[in-house]
This record gives sequence, C-alpha cells and structure tokens, in this order.
Amino acid sequence: MATQVLMPALSPTMEEGTLAKWLVKEGDEVKSGQVMAEIETDKATMEFEAVDEGIIGKILIAEGTAGVKVNTPIAVLVEEGESADDLEASGPVQTDEEKQPEKPEGSDVKHMDQPVVTSPGASVPGKRDRSPDFPEGTPTKTMTVREALREAMAEELRGNENVFLMGEEVGEYQGAYKISQGLLDEFGPKRVVDTPITEHGFTGLAVGAAFGGLNPIVEFMTFNFAMQAIDQIINSAAKTLYMSGGQMGCPIVFRGPNGAAARVGAQHSQDYAAWYAAIPGLKVVMPYSAADAKGLLKQAIRDPNPVIFLENEILYGRSFEVPVLEDFTIPFGKARVWREGKDVTIVSFGIGMTYALEAADKLAEEGIEAEVIDLRTLRPIDYETVLESVRKTNRCVTVEEGFPVGSIGNHLSATIMQQAFDYLDAPVINLTGKDVPMPYAANLEKLALVTTAEVIDAVKSVCYR
Amino acid sequence: MAKNPADIPNVSKDELLGYYRDMLLIRRFEEKAGQLYGMGLIGGFCHLYIGQEAVVVGLEAAAKEGDKRVTSYRDHGHMLACGMSANGVMAELTGREGGYSKGKGGSMHMFSREKHFYGGHGIVGAQVPIGAGLAFADKYAGNDNVTFAYFGDGAANQGQVYETYNMAQLWDLPVIFVIENNQYAMGTSVKRSTKSPSYWERGVAYGIAGEAVDGMDVLAVKAAGQKAVEHCRAGKGPYILEMNTYRYRGHSMSDPAKYRTRDEVEKMRSEKDPIENVRELLVQGGHASDEELKAIDKDIKTVVNESAEFAKESPEPDVSELWTDIYA
Repeated sequence: MATQVLMPALSPTMEEGTLAKWLVKEGDEVKSGQVMAEIETDKATMEFEAVDEGIIGKILIAEGTAGVKVNTPIAVLVEEGESADDLEASGPVQTDEEKQPEKPEGSDVKHMDQPVVTSPGASVPGKRDRSPDFPEGTPTKTMTVREALREAMAEELRGNENVFLMGEEVGEYQGAYKISQGLLDEFGPKRVVDTPITEHGFTGLAVGAAFGGLNPIVEFMTFNFAMQAIDQIINSAAKTLYMSGGQMGCPIVFRGPNGAAARVGAQHSQDYAAWYAAIPGLKVVMPYSAADAKGLLKQAIRDPNPVIFLENEILYGRSFEVPVLEDFTIPFGKARVWREGKDVTIVSFGIGMTYALEAADKLAEEGIEAEVIDLRTLRPIDYETVLESVRKTNRCVTVEEGFPVGSIGNHLSATIMQQAFDYLDAPVINLTGKDVPMPYAANLEKLALVTTAEVIDAVKSVCYR
Repeated sequence: MAKNPADIPNVSKDELLGYYRDMLLIRRFEEKAGQLYGMGLIGGFCHLYIGQEAVVVGLEAAAKEGDKRVTSYRDHGHMLACGMSANGVMAELTGREGGYSKGKGGSMHMFSREKHFYGGHGIVGAQVPIGAGLAFADKYAGNDNVTFAYFGDGAANQGQVYETYNMAQLWDLPVIFVIENNQYAMGTSVKRSTKSPSYWERGVAYGIAGEAVDGMDVLAVKAAGQKAVEHCRAGKGPYILEMNTYRYRGHSMSDPAKYRTRDEVEKMRSEKDPIENVRELLVQGGHASDEELKAIDKDIKTVVNESAEFAKESPEPDVSELWTDIYA
C-alpha cells in the first residue's frame, strides 16, 4: 500500500522547516534508516531517515521549499509494482494527523479560575481544626527541643522496623548536636548509619532506599549542606510520585538545624523555609516548641511523602512542656494560636516565634493585644487560621528569619490581600532577615537578623500608634 | 564477527532466539517512536536506544525475579527488556492516559513497581545513588536481590557517581553499576571529556571489581552480567560493568549529530550490529531458517504497530489528573 511521507518534527518546538535537499529521487528504492532528505529547523540542519521501506513514488515538495508545516505530505512511498497515481485514485491516504485528540480547553482545567491561594496541592481547605493537640488534663513534663526530637525518633524506630536514621556523625559520635544521642546503643549500626561526608550521594541513596520500601530519616548536620543534595530532594524525592502517575512514593524525612546559629557566617546561616515551601510534592515542617517538635516529627516519620523538617540550633536547648502520652502526634496543616488578641495578628514559625512572643508580651504592657500564630507547617499552610485572625484584628505582621524576596510572609500577604482585602486596616508588614549574606561581626549579625524590637515597631506601625 | 555457536557455552537455541526477539522489539519500537516524534505525536525530548540493545537484553538474561533496575532518560529499551508492555511505554511517550505514568511522566520518567523498574530519571547521574539506595533496601531486608544501576559515559563524570561508589563498597551493597559507554555524552566524545583510558577502572580506586565488556555482543554481556550478579548475590559488594556500545541515532531527536561522521555510524552498523550478529549466529548454526526469523520480524512489527495504535487512541489524561499524585 502506498504511504505518505510527512514533514517531520525534529525538535520539541519545531512547527515548520525548510526542505533543504532531497537525497533520493523518484523511482529510488529506500531502506529503513536511509537518509532521504536534509531538513533545516530553526536550530540545525537534520538528516531525515526513512522508517518504512519502499520506492519513492512521487516527491510532493521540491527541495529548497521553506516554511513547510510539520505533517505536510512531502513524498509518496510505494511498493514494487505500484505507482503514486494508485494513491491518488484510491483517495487520500489516512494520516495520523486526524487521529490526534482535541486539545482540552484551558478553561476546563479545574482550579484555574480560583484564587492562587487555593491552588497549592498541600493547602488545607475549609474550616480550621480547632481541636487541642492533646486532651486537657494530660500530664506534661519539661523537656528540651533536643530531647523531644530524640524521643520522637526513638519511638518511631521502636515502632517500625523499616525506619532508620542516616547522616554524618549520627552514630558513634552521638550526633553533632546530640539529637541522636544513645540511638546507636539502642538500635545498632544497621538502623543508625554513620555516613561519609557526602550529602549528594547519601541523600540520593536514601531516596532510593525509600523507593525500595524503607522509611529513612536523613539528618543533615545543617540544612546549609543540603544544598549539595537539593537536586535529589526536589527532582527525585518530591516529583517522582507525580511523574510515576502515583506508583512510586518516597516516604522520607530530611531533618536538621536550619537558619542562623551564632557567629558562623554567611555559608552556615541560611533559612531555607521559603525555598522548600515552594515545591509541590514536599511537606515542610518548622517547629518552635518541644511538644511540636515531638508530635510533628513522629507525624513526619509516618507520612508517606518526603518531609523537610527544619530545626534550629538555638532552640535545641530551650525547654517546654511536652505531653506525656504513649503516642503523641500532631497533624500537618494545623497552626497553633499561642496567644489570643484583638488588635493585631502576628504570624511566625520556628525561631521567629521567640521574637513574636517577646514582642507580644511587651506590646501588652502598652495596651496592644496581639494574636500570635505559629504556622508550624509551611506546606501545607493553615491559611484559615491566619485569615480568620486577620478578619478579627484587621492588621497583620509576619516574622521570619529568611531572606525578604519570595518569603513566606510575601506569600501570606498575597493570600490575605486576595481573601481578606476588605478587612485590612493597614498594609501587611513582612519582617524578615535582611537582604544580605550573614555577616560574621557580632554587631552586624545582630543587625542582619530580625529582632523583637523590629516586631514591636512593625506592630505599632500597622496599628498607627 | 560471528562466532561459531559451538564456541559459546550455555546458550540454547531458544535463548538465542529470545535475545534476537527482545533486541528486535527494542529496535522496531524505537524506530516507531522516532516516526511518531516526527509526526508530532511525541513531544519534548525523546532519546532513542537504537544500537545499544544488546546491553539491556544481555543483562536481563542474567537477572532473576526481584532484581531491580534504574536508569537515565534513555530508558525505553530497559523497560521493554524487563517486560513492561510496549503499549504502556508508547502511550506514555504520546502523553496519554494509557501510559505507565498516565501521561504525566513522558519519555524520561516512567516506572513500574510490578517489574521492579525504578525509572527513568532525567537528571544525568541522579539514578546512580538511587540505585545504590535500592540495593541498600534489599540488603536491609536481608534478601539476595541485586540492583542494576545504568548510566552513560557522560554521567560517569558526575561527582555523585563517586560518592556512591564509596558508600556502595563501604557497605557491600549488591548493586551492579552498568556504564553504557556509547562513546558520546550528547555531542562530546569520550576522548574530549575524559582523560583516563576507561571508566570501569575508576572503581579500582574504591576497591570495586569490574571489567569492560563488548556491549555489542549480547552473549558477552550476558556472561559478564552473570559474573557480576554472582559477585553481588554472594555479598561481595558492588561490581562495575563498562559496556562498550554505540548509539546509532542522535542524542535526542533534535540532535543533528554533526560531531561524528556518517561513515563512523555506518561502520558500526555494518560490522558490529548486535541484532545482525545474533541473526548470523542463528542462521549459520542452523538454529533458525529465514522463514522463522521473518515470522519473528512480523510478530514484532505487529506488537509495535499495535502499541502505536494504542498510543494514538488512548485519550489524553483527564484534566483532573493535573491535581492528583502530588501527595500519597
């Protein structure tokens, strides 16, 4: 049967090209793989090879013709004994072009016409979860964030054979920041794995182990070093479930200290909250208190998705009340209101909560009642709790340690503008770290970080006081 | 080139016919994919495996159920060789609902838990530590599975490969690093990118055993694969196989391949073609008649044409799929 040879697409963006040269003529026999023509695309001159075998019955587009659209018939291939006229007599040959489905209309795509804030796949729709994290009357004990994290890992290691911890100095050294102290003794080297200093490699290896059915906890000595591994975190861990049509999930936790410690300079003092929160497929947790550190880390280890768990070196030694419960977890996407107030909403997370709460105490002395919200998780974000508060207070200040451009505060401001515009009595202020690499000098470092005094000033500004 | 079948141990007529069939399926499938790309039915990047068929077919012959494989974006051959359906792969290439990833992954990102195929990875070299991680999981579970982690001569210059070599040997992971040296990293030839004479020898620095293999000879590949698999299953740690092979087509569909001569490609095709070699063995040894081989050719043509039809008829994914599979 005669077949049409169509103008091929030879690059991802090619729509038309120039048929520069025919290397065969009518009557020639062609074999599969034989170069038939040279075609110029916008990028290069490509050789066009025959796929089917046959005889060139007719050349339909002369060489030198420019602007030949992709899928235009350029020649007719016939079998022995046929002529190209047979083709014309038997009507047009069916091309594959007509079998292509209609493109869906963009407007059909669900969510497209809704506000951006409801688009993140990880957003929590509807009303906020007002339930307490643990029943009233539950006994508590005082514990540091460090101890809480250690307990969370120990409990989950006990509960699930497939959970293991890997990272630099997590075992014999007992943890660079002593988070994993004692875990090697209890669980042995199979489940508490000391790695060489090789972030890119061990992160990829852990992602593979998660694909293979394990539940790795990867400790980065600090998240600054995870930049060496960020391709594996984002391209491999976060995107594979989607790219596999739901087949290949990656249950893994990446945890470690994030943000500035003290006097360690620009390369060791960055807050990655907004970076990771931008990525669909990741979940991002950044606890402030010890109770949240424990409940959220246990939840993270059980989550079937990759979770970024951002800790803070300065908070490791701080003590908080932690409920004494056999199994205490906190669901993601549930902010915590630390302090209720009617005059202004302060939204923060992680170490930023230190400044938010200190400022609220001082502001109360001056008669300004601030509502202080700890987001706790940045993907999903509990938008509802923030919006409900802003609709009450009509003013908002966000506090975080990261860089100002593309900050979590920026995203919240946009959300508030879209969903609570009419409630605002003042522009939202985003307090962040300064737009500079972290300096080493003590005085300059202090200036680069967000401070309690700045929170107080910002609150007064939005309250016009 | 053709060897006397009597000189080749441990291969039956049926096995040889099987390799012929499997390699031919990849060849014809890839030719069809190239054709569909030319028609605009396949978009984006499309990297064909034509010329390299003996590598995956030979290594699959050394694998058992439970063994895992992971590779780069030049992955169609690996998927067909491990038993994934031509329909599912082709429909993924056309971005349709019937594809292995429901049309959401494309040529470079396909997976099958059932066949232990862990992708299909688009970032050069990223699959290497992932492969070691799969092997880590098997060792952790205490089974005797091995993982084949495939990568090219281009990826062999990525740092994470060597980070992985170190850990794999340190922890005795049952992973076979398969370097598919097809001589060109996109447009850069090995001698323009690499000073050391061979890739597998780099493993020596880590204490990893390995060897170079004629990757155009499916029987040589199988024999080397069996040796590597035995090493890994015995708990002796990783193994490196450097497969010297050749891709006939450009790096991707949009590569004019001006960095090498047409004569060079023709020479490989006429002297080293892995499929022709097996065909000659079959015919010369009197194991198959021309008619039998033609019947196989015809069967494969049918499978491939059906996959193309399926890939055209399968609908595009429902628009609701935009929002699914982001979180488990």
